[in-house]
Amino acid sequence: MTALQATLERVTRVRGIRGAMLVHEGDGLVVAEALAEGVEGAPVAALAASLLARLRRAAAGAGLAPPEFLQLRAERGAVLAVPAADELLLVAIADRDANLGLARLELREAAGRVR
Amino acid sequence: MTDPIRAMTAELAADPRSLVFLDLAEALRVRGQPEPAAKVARTGLARYPELADAHDVLARILADLDDVAGARAAWERALALAPGHAGASKGLAFLLFRAGDPRGALPYLEAAQAAAPHDAGIPAALARVRALLEVAEGLTAVEAPAAAGPQPPSRADGEAFEALASREAVLLFDAQGQRLAGGMRDPAGRDVGDAVAAHLAGVSREAARTARLLDLGAWQGVAAESRDGHLLLVPPAPDAVLLVARDPSVPVGRLVLEAEQAARGARAWLERLR
Repeated sequence: MTALQATLERVTRVRGIRGAMLVHEGDGLVVAEALAEGVEGAPVAALAASLLARLRRAAAGAGLAPPEFLQLRAERGAVLAVPAADELLLVAIADRDANLGLARLELREAAGRVR
Repeated sequence: MTDPIRAMTAELAADPRSLVFLDLAEALRVRGQPEPAAKVARTGLARYPELADAHDVLARILADLDDVAGARAAWERALALAPGHAGASKGLAFLLFRAGDPRGALPYLEAAQAAAPHDAGIPAALARVRALLEVAEGLTAVEAPAAAGPQPPSRADGEAFEALASREAVLLFDAQGQRLAGGMRDPAGRDVGDAVAAHLAGVSREAARTARLLDLGAWQGVAAESRDGHLLLVPPAPDAVLLVARDPSVPVGRLVLEAEQAARGARAWLERLR
C-alpha cells in the first residue's frame, strides 16, 4: 500500500466516513481514492474541486484568505474537503451519523501528511 | 503513541493510584483516540468515584463520541459532587448550545465564569451566546421549542431579515449570481457584494448535484473556513442562496444556527416579494 493510500484509508476509519479521495484542484481529477462500493468518485471529485475554486474566488473577492476547510452539509450526510500541498485536495464523504469533528481533525492531519 | 502519552502510561502502570489518569485520558482524547481515553477515565473513576474532575474528563470523551446522554450524565454528576465545577458547567453549556439552546447554555456559562474568572475562553463563549441570542430575538418574535421542528417563516422573520440585510450582515443572491438583498464589505470597507455574488453563481447547482450523486438528499449548506473569516452558504429557496460571513472567532456551529435563522427570514422576505 502506498503512503497516499494509507493516508486515505486512515481517514475512512473514522466512524461514518464512506470514502476519501485525493483530488487535483486544477482539473478535478482523482489522484488516489479509498471509496466504499457504489460511490462515484470522479464526478464528486470534479464538483468538489469546482466548489472550492468558487469559494476561493469569493473569499478573495471579500478580502479573505483562501478557505482551509470546506464542508457541504446535506440531509443525509456531508462532504468535507481540505486543501493539501501541491494543489491537491483531500475529500471525504460522510454519512449523517458520522463523527464530523473527528473526521475534520483526521482530514487536517492527513492533509499535512500529503507531500 | 506520542512521548507524553507513553510517559503517562508508564507512570500509571507503575502507580495505578496516580491521578495522572486524568491527564492521560485527556491527552488521548485530544489525540483523537476517544475509546482508549474512555477506558483510562473509567478505570480511574472506578478508583475515584467521587472525583468531579474524573467525571468531567469522561464527559468530554463521551461528547467526542457523540454520546450526548452519557456526557450530560457525567457532567451533571461532576456538578453534584463539586457545585460550580467550571469544566462541568462549560460542558453542559456546550451540550445545550450544540442542541440549539443558547438560552439554556447561558446560565451554565455564567456559572463557569464565576467559578473560573481567569479562564480566557469563557468570556468569549459568553459573548458568542449573547450575540446569538440577540440575533435569535431579532429574527423570531416567538421562540418555539426545539422539539417542534422547523418553523414556517413568519412576517416578523421577513422584517428581521430586512434589518440584517440593511446592515449588510448577510448577502442574498439568485442562481445567476445577481444580488437580491443585503451586502458585503471587505476589510477595507469596500462594497464587494456584487463581486462575491457573481463568483458564487452556480454554487447552488454544484452543491445540489454533489449531494444527489452521493445520495445525500437536499443540500443544506456549504461552509468555508479560512484563517481570517468563515463563509456559510444556505439555500433559503431553490433559486436563491444566502451568504453569511463572520470572523473566525465565531464557531461554525453557531454560524450554522445564525444562517438557518437568517435563511428563514430570507424565505419569508422572498415569499412576500413574489
